[in-house]
Amino acid sequence: MTLSNASPLPHGGGPVLSLEHISKSFPGVRALRDVSFVLNAGEVTALIGENGAGKSTIVKILTGIYTPDEGEVRVGGAPKRFASPRDSWASGIAAIHQETVMFDELSVAENIFMGHMPVTATGLVDWPLMRRRASELLKRIDADFGPDAKLKQLSVAQKHMVEITRALSHEAGVIIMDEPTAALSRNEIDDLFRIIAQLKAEGRAVVFISHKFDEIFRVADAFVCLRDGEKVGSGRIADVTEAKLVSLMVGRPIDQVFPKRDIAIGGTVLKVEGLSNATEFADISFELRRGEILGFYGLVGAGRSEAMQCLFGMTAPSKGRVMLNGEPLAISSPGDAIAAGISYVPEDRQDQGAVLELGIRENVTLASLAAHVKNLFLSRPSELQDVRKLGKRLDVRAANWEQRLGELSGGNQQKVVIAKWLAARPKVIILDEPTKGIDVGSKAAVHDFIGELAEEGLAVILVSSELPEIMGLADRVLVMQEGRVVEEFIRGSWSAEDIVAAATGVRKAA
Amino acid sequence: MSAILKHREAALAAIILAMVAAIGAYAPAFISIPNIVRVLNDTSILAMLALAQMMVILTRGIDLSTASALALAGMISASLAQYHPDLPVIAYIGLAIAVGILLGLINGGLIAILGIPPIVVTLGTLAVYRGMIVVYGGGNQVNASEMGDTFQSFPKLTLFGFSTLFWIMLAVALAVWLFLTMTRTGRGLYAVGGNPVAARYCGISLPRLEILVYTIAGAISGLCGYLWVSRYGVAYSEIASGYELTVIAACVIGGVSIAGGVGTVAGTLLGALFLGVIVNALPVMQVTPFWQMAISGAVILAAVVVNARAEKRGVKLILPEARRAAGAAK
Repeated sequence: MTLSNASPLPHGGGPVLSLEHISKSFPGVRALRDVSFVLNAGEVTALIGENGAGKSTIVKILTGIYTPDEGEVRVGGAPKRFASPRDSWASGIAAIHQETVMFDELSVAENIFMGHMPVTATGLVDWPLMRRRASELLKRIDADFGPDAKLKQLSVAQKHMVEITRALSHEAGVIIMDEPTAALSRNEIDDLFRIIAQLKAEGRAVVFISHKFDEIFRVADAFVCLRDGEKVGSGRIADVTEAKLVSLMVGRPIDQVFPKRDIAIGGTVLKVEGLSNATEFADISFELRRGEILGFYGLVGAGRSEAMQCLFGMTAPSKGRVMLNGEPLAISSPGDAIAAGISYVPEDRQDQGAVLELGIRENVTLASLAAHVKNLFLSRPSELQDVRKLGKRLDVRAANWEQRLGELSGGNQQKVVIAKWLAARPKVIILDEPTKGIDVGSKAAVHDFIGELAEEGLAVILVSSELPEIMGLADRVLVMQEGRVVEEFIRGSWSAEDIVAAATGVRKAA
Repeated sequence: MSAILKHREAALAAIILAMVAAIGAYAPAFISIPNIVRVLNDTSILAMLALAQMMVILTRGIDLSTASALALAGMISASLAQYHPDLPVIAYIGLAIAVGILLGLINGGLIAILGIPPIVVTLGTLAVYRGMIVVYGGGNQVNASEMGDTFQSFPKLTLFGFSTLFWIMLAVALAVWLFLTMTRTGRGLYAVGGNPVAARYCGISLPRLEILVYTIAGAISGLCGYLWVSRYGVAYSEIASGYELTVIAACVIGGVSIAGGVGTVAGTLLGALFLGVIVNALPVMQVTPFWQMAISGAVILAAVVVNARAEKRGVKLILPEARRAAGAAK
């Protein structure tokens, strides 16, 4: 493939790409329903919506990772079918992801031209040409590094520039930026916006996905708002206010989704004072009581998981105190936390929780082995007692308790991981995005289960990016933004708009 | 641990039996009781080293320095016997093990505390420990005549026809089996190898386990150093040179996954026995030494291919009928 043959998009005003009545379902989930919108040349369109609203499904359809069940994508008026990312790339669509996926050990030029390196007549890579073109492209976006730099020497912002250059190398007419500012400093964001302005001036259509309203209002010309897989609004940014966008995003009576259990709340179990670390979060203080479900809401990257991992001993705090049942607690490793009665069910339950080569029994007891030591050696009957009880309670479907975890379905693996943390007999359980990647039917079961845990007297911390989940289950919600707790909401006196506004920093900006 | 592994071990045992029968058909002397005992005695050192290596590999590590550590510990122990031939044998064994522990601690410390990859650290110490033998011994060797009787007679003592080598190997195997299957730390080795992140969340500390397994590996290398030198009656800088590769091969044949987290005592012992049978059978079958290397290598490759295919067979049981079938098969 060479450079010159990939410019099928018209530049200079007018629609470049349109989505026509796109629908997409996954087993148990309707991800998109009849979504249509148009991207215009020389414009930035902000794609907004809560987590799970369908934004990333749209990105995946545009980049050829998913094919829509119904509807079509038109590029320059002609319907296109993207069977693979390569097709989408060839139609002039390029995506820049949150976490840049590139080749750390290779040079900038190689990264830009990976997959379409220019070759000489003999079939060898034409290095002089490749380097020349790379430096021309880098110059176009005023990059402060050359084509020979190794990618791993660059900052995140510079890596974004490489990705943008890669898109330019292909004369992409549509550039999708999925939360491009998440890992950038203020100066770097300014640089990015300058480049976006330049892309606009060159007549490219930019899709800008961000949770940050100040950025949307700074950079976007148009917006498309999604909720639960449907388009709920679109128009010119100049014609809306932040408050209007927030209510479009949320816009539903949330409190009725889950019946909240009536649980008597007991005394304080956990008290955290001023927990801080140097770069991720600061001054996290809260109290947690028996039977209480405390929600932590915030945007992805607000520092919630980082604070919880620190509380669990995965990282060391720079400051702060933790008290459990009135006793000061020194936690320097997850082992200390488990021994003290704190369990943490990580967000990625399979990758961070499942040991696939071990059996169900060995997985379930992994965090509580000390309880099963009888006369120096592990007692298998004692292990099996716990495994049977929890396996039954969580409805783990397996041939037998010695079955290798890798042989179970994903859902059952997750149940085993949760069983592991309950087997540690915690007083406090931290659940990080417990329903992420779970279908609608299982979600209800997980929610019910969380209520049950609280009813049994556990103190529960629920980290979630899904507002209905938080508002349905939590007694109190702490909202984190940029590493700090910015507001506390109490059940009964909160509104979805206020919580989202606190998380996105609308108040501050206004 | 799982049905597949059990199957794999049974298959390996069957292959070994078939091999022995085939060799026996060609050379009946091979399947005489004295010869079988000889093969088992002969394979004991390899088996112990392979067990140590297995524990290291379980943590996703590797110990390339094992043969060098063996040689250095053997040399130091032999020179103690050279100057003090009348000490009780436990002194020579103890010194060899102590040297092995020290060498293992150096490996473990560099890997766990400095975070250098195990293959790099032990490739380095492989050369350093081997070089230390020359530095220590001034390039000289210790011969059988210089070692004294106490030092040399111990591995040749027999009980029920088997030498002490065999009984020590059995004791080590039993201890390793108990450690791996019945203790928290042993379970932790499988966990850190199978999923390091998950293990960390469970409060299992990888660095602590690394120091432990490399130290155990060192201790076993040290013990084998004494046994090797006293058995063959000579200590010099080249003993067991390149033997670490045979040890790793025994693990791989025995179903230990180089990716970590998978391996059993029984499998590893069978892996060692497999190589032991081949090494002892080829001369009986009058295969020239040149071919011996090539044949061992080819057999190792064949065993690894079989293992890799077995590994792929891990399937998920999602269909209800498949789950029922698996349940019924149990």
